[in-house]
Amino acid sequence: LFQYCLSGHPTLPCNVLKFKSTTIMLDCGLDMTSTLNFLPLPLVQSPRLSKLPGWVLKDGSTFLDKELKECSGHVFVDSVPEFCLPETELLDLSTVDVILISNYHCMMALPYITEYTGFTGTVYATEPTVQIGRLLMEELVNSIERVPKAQSASMWKNKEVQRLLPAPLKDAVEVSMWRKCYTMPEVNAALSKIQLVGYSQKIELFGAVQVTPLSSGYALGSSNWIIQSHYEKVSYVSGSSLLTTHPQPMDQASLKNSDVLILTGLTQIPTANPDGMVGEFCSNLAMTVRNGGNVLVPCYPSGVIYDLLECLYQYIDSAGLSNVPFYFISPVANSSLEFSQIFAEWLCHNKQTKVYLPEPPFPHAELIQTNKLKHYPSIHGEFSNDFKQPCVVFTGHPSLRFGDVVHFMELWGKSSLNTVIFTEPDFSYLDALAPYQPLAMKCVYCPIDTRLNFIQVSKLLKEVQPLHVVCPEQYTQPPPTQSHRTDLMIDCQPPPMSYRRAEVLTLPYKRRYEKIEIMPELADSLVPLEIKPGISLATVSAVLHTKDNKHVLQLPPKPPQPTAGKKRKRVSDEVPECKPLKPLLSGSIPVDQFVQTLEKHGFSDVKVEDTAKGHIVLLQEAETLIQIEEDSTHIICDNDEPLRVKLRDLVLKFLQKF
Amino acid sequence: SASCTAAGAGQDVGRSCILVSIAGKNVMLDCGMHMGYNDDRRFPDFSYITQNGRLTDFLDCVIISHFHLDHCGALPYFSEMVGYDGPIYMTHPTKAICPILLEDYRKITVDKKGEINFFTSQMIKDCMKKVVAVHLHQTVQVDEELEIKAYYAGHVLGAAMFQIKVGCESVVYTGDYNMTPDRHLGAAWIDKCRPDLLITESTYATTIRDSKRCRERDFLKKVHETVERGGKVLIPVFALGRAQELCILLETFWERMNLKAPIYFSTGLTEKANHYYKLFITWTNQKIRKTFVQRNMFEFKHIKAFDRAFADNPGPMVVFATPGMLHAGQSLQIFKKWAGNEKNMVIMPGYCVQGTVGHKILSGQRKLEMEGRQILEVKMQVEYMSFSAHADAKGIMQLIRQAEPRNVLLVHGEAKKMEFLKQKIEQEFHVSCFMPANGETTTIFTNPSIPVDISLGLLKRETALGLLPDVKKPQLMHGTLMMKDNSFRLVSPEQALKELGLAEHQLRFTCRVHIQDPRKEHETVLRVYNHLKGQDYSVQHLPDGSITVESILIQATAHSEDQGTKVLLVSWTYQDEDLGSYLTALLKKGLPSSTS
Repeated sequence: LFQYCLSGHPTLPCNVLKFKSTTIMLDCGLDMTSTLNFLPLPLVQSPRLSKLPGWVLKDGSTFLDKELKECSGHVFVDSVPEFCLPETELLDLSTVDVILISNYHCMMALPYITEYTGFTGTVYATEPTVQIGRLLMEELVNSIERVPKAQSASMWKNKEVQRLLPAPLKDAVEVSMWRKCYTMPEVNAALSKIQLVGYSQKIELFGAVQVTPLSSGYALGSSNWIIQSHYEKVSYVSGSSLLTTHPQPMDQASLKNSDVLILTGLTQIPTANPDGMVGEFCSNLAMTVRNGGNVLVPCYPSGVIYDLLECLYQYIDSAGLSNVPFYFISPVANSSLEFSQIFAEWLCHNKQTKVYLPEPPFPHAELIQTNKLKHYPSIHGEFSNDFKQPCVVFTGHPSLRFGDVVHFMELWGKSSLNTVIFTEPDFSYLDALAPYQPLAMKCVYCPIDTRLNFIQVSKLLKEVQPLHVVCPEQYTQPPPTQSHRTDLMIDCQPPPMSYRRAEVLTLPYKRRYEKIEIMPELADSLVPLEIKPGISLATVSAVLHTKDNKHVLQLPPKPPQPTAGKKRKRVSDEVPECKPLKPLLSGSIPVDQFVQTLEKHGFSDVKVEDTAKGHIVLLQEAETLIQIEEDSTHIICDNDEPLRVKLRDLVLKFLQKF
Repeated sequence: SASCTAAGAGQDVGRSCILVSIAGKNVMLDCGMHMGYNDDRRFPDFSYITQNGRLTDFLDCVIISHFHLDHCGALPYFSEMVGYDGPIYMTHPTKAICPILLEDYRKITVDKKGEINFFTSQMIKDCMKKVVAVHLHQTVQVDEELEIKAYYAGHVLGAAMFQIKVGCESVVYTGDYNMTPDRHLGAAWIDKCRPDLLITESTYATTIRDSKRCRERDFLKKVHETVERGGKVLIPVFALGRAQELCILLETFWERMNLKAPIYFSTGLTEKANHYYKLFITWTNQKIRKTFVQRNMFEFKHIKAFDRAFADNPGPMVVFATPGMLHAGQSLQIFKKWAGNEKNMVIMPGYCVQGTVGHKILSGQRKLEMEGRQILEVKMQVEYMSFSAHADAKGIMQLIRQAEPRNVLLVHGEAKKMEFLKQKIEQEFHVSCFMPANGETTTIFTNPSIPVDISLGLLKRETALGLLPDVKKPQLMHGTLMMKDNSFRLVSPEQALKELGLAEHQLRFTCRVHIQDPRKEHETVLRVYNHLKGQDYSVQHLPDGSITVESILIQATAHSEDQGTKVLLVSWTYQDEDLGSYLTALLKKGLPSSTS
């Protein structure tokens, strides 16, 4: 059992498991923090961004000034943003048999894997994961493709050059592996390789391994996975939540009795309480709007936004915000809002009950009906006619590098009346804001990350008791900025095995058994004997068939009748065929009874002598002796085969066979 | 073994209720009512389940295949009045829609017909609390041994087929299903799960229906012609199911032809019904699911809610009214109003059970006796169009091919038609096919293979042997099956002995073989060695002057009295019995005279 670790990002994992001759990829997250090193892509030409000075080296060389721009002391690459892919060289990815997706955030690298590596396998994911994952990819492709950028910078990636750059560019890892965004045809091709699965569905892989998705409670359709054979069980926990938000609750019970539990996707903000953050979000939003300012919420088009809208639905009337327009701008805004209403089966109990009435599970349906929430594919067209300020805008991308959010940052950044509220935890908000500095607008950081925190993890591990825990190295030490917080790491016994990018782990496990099927005809022929109370034994001599990793035992075929009159020519012809093995023997021979038996069978001259360890039974006339000891019997006889066979069978009657 | 008893739907359509016993587990499949009866016969005979004792103790679970009343109409009676507290499984859409139809049924029976001793609204609610909703393809563990799994069945929103599995034994119950996708639902699908028994509906056991397109064209033509000549069209339907399919059909037709005649949908259920379709859109067909964001097929522009007063309006109109078999309610009321006019038309889009008005007019009756001995003369045109989404004979055969069952059992059909299908199935698939009447029990023998745990050491030893050149030759394996409590483990004999704390008893044989050979002992040994070597087994000449053949030991000594004779001692254990005995016999024949 091996684990190849292809991603170093703990919440955007990509691992490959070799399990019983099956190669299984667990998630393929795309690390988008690389885009923070790039300049934002404005929808309309931004005079500010285009006037940024080129970066000049300390020695005055200017050869990089076309590629790198400086803004408030930070250096950015002026090029189409690029993403950091999972490792593709650690193993031949065309050998991957299946890819298991745990949630829509962890599948963003899928087109790179399925379309560029010779992958020919199957991808498994739940229906909401696929549908919403498609929306995320569509939004990503759309927001990058609609702002064509002539320039593609590559000089700065040269190892010699990169060494000379200021941080964080200098320390960026694997820059040669960074790739531009995929295209919609590639997205469609990748998604067509997905097979839909439901929670607790048992999926057989090649007869050797069974995989099962379980509800993980984090997002619509999000799953943890059980990978097991009859005797070993690996649990893959990725992005799980114990908070009651909109998704179905996490299934913890099915994780019990794991040999190995791979733990990824914990909260990125272990010190923040999501409920408190939502409260802060609402009050900051209300305060800004009351003061006549606008609120910008950089967000993904699905996920936490549903919960935020639900909070606002309950909050706006009491906060006197009923006349403030809420805009949700994304090429997939409409689809996301519509899709959220049709996945009743994947929702928490309360929302399911609403569907039975039948009512839409999310109250944003009502916000839309009452015109309080409006959604638009982009800032162009209809939106520009309807746009009224002050207002609240939800739009992407949370990195602030592309999407309509760039426009609003440029538009509202200069006024201190406005506020940008960060709710998505994937990007450092300071890094995200860097290319917009100096900035007058207020910035509020309310990261809402509902994934497991370390207290919940420790409770979970106590509950499900895996034999071994495997996790990214980041979880085995306190966060670098809070090195005294030893409570912000995984604490379990035995200590977790940690991994980092491009590492191969050998997972501990010891397998002692395998499943085999005994065919009914064979089962009928077995003669069980009770050896000890409650324990019965039967010796089995059978034919083993192995096909598709399944083992079956059948009744051996009847030996062919020897053809009469067949002449045997060579000695080797007479070598016995592969006959059933003789069983092991156990027990001891009571001498008195044995002698009686001999006499019954016509031996009249039996003589018994005692020895140190047992007895010798002598058949005087036949010049044969039988040494009987506690654990052995030795028949020494002359040239009389029928006699030997007869004695053998008499001895065997006293012994148990195994 | 598995056994199956029909408490309802045995050689009949209506009150589906089938009991299955498999490996000691008892499951009740569906709990329906019969539309043709108003007496005791409207519900299944639950005394077949157990004569004495509580149902909860006897049944491990109840499964409902879909929301049609002939499959779930007796459920509150069963759980709340007869008494059952165990789990009831159904899909999410069924769980959502079932209580609404039950309440509707209750209202018609109690409020309109004034029956007493019927289940109450509260009983429906209490009954639904016992329901556990299942996902498609989810493996639901009812208890440690019993698991069930739902497959998509088409037919109506949320309809499912169920696999019931205990160990290696399994039964599949189809409920009602449809093997061809229609305008709003997809086709039923099951994998090659090879159940011991497949219990399939057989409503259309002898029908091979023409293409759906033709039927649709025919339907539209008839509706159009009637409306054109100013007639009224009545389409009795059940609120959920065929209704939505036909609405989609008429809606698109009206749009395309730019027709103005009003289309109405009776009962307050409709809007609600369409809402269910919108919220459970993942259960509809591919096309609707794909386009629902742009255009939701269940938002109708041309179809309006019906008011009772509209029935007397002059001019043409199309009305969908419930229930579908004209046995009660609004459809029957409108039918009575319109029956006398030959310009009008009633289109029956589904199956009608015996005893209903629908069944009577379809079998040609034109004078109907109504309540109060009134005779209703039917002058309006009566058309039958099979839109009910059941598999036809071809579809049933297709499903059997997909699932590869070892036995087939037919329910939910008419005896005569079943007989025909039964012969066809037995001929084509060479499996036994049964068609029990109500109350009759069918038992099949499943004879499952037994799964045991084999120690990896033993398996590896055997598979390693299997890798020898002659792989095709079946390899014999020898092991000891240990049975303790309910666990079965196959281990090597050595391990079995060790685990039981028993010592091995060694049985050894030594035979003396006399050979005429005047030479020295070691030369005799050499001759023996040369004689034996070169065979398939390994022969070794040891420094101490002895020879081993595999683990058989051969030593030579001089005869104490006769120097010309050497005595070969051949010694082997019981495990080498065959080779030892063979070698002794071989040596007894003497050594070849020529030595090199």
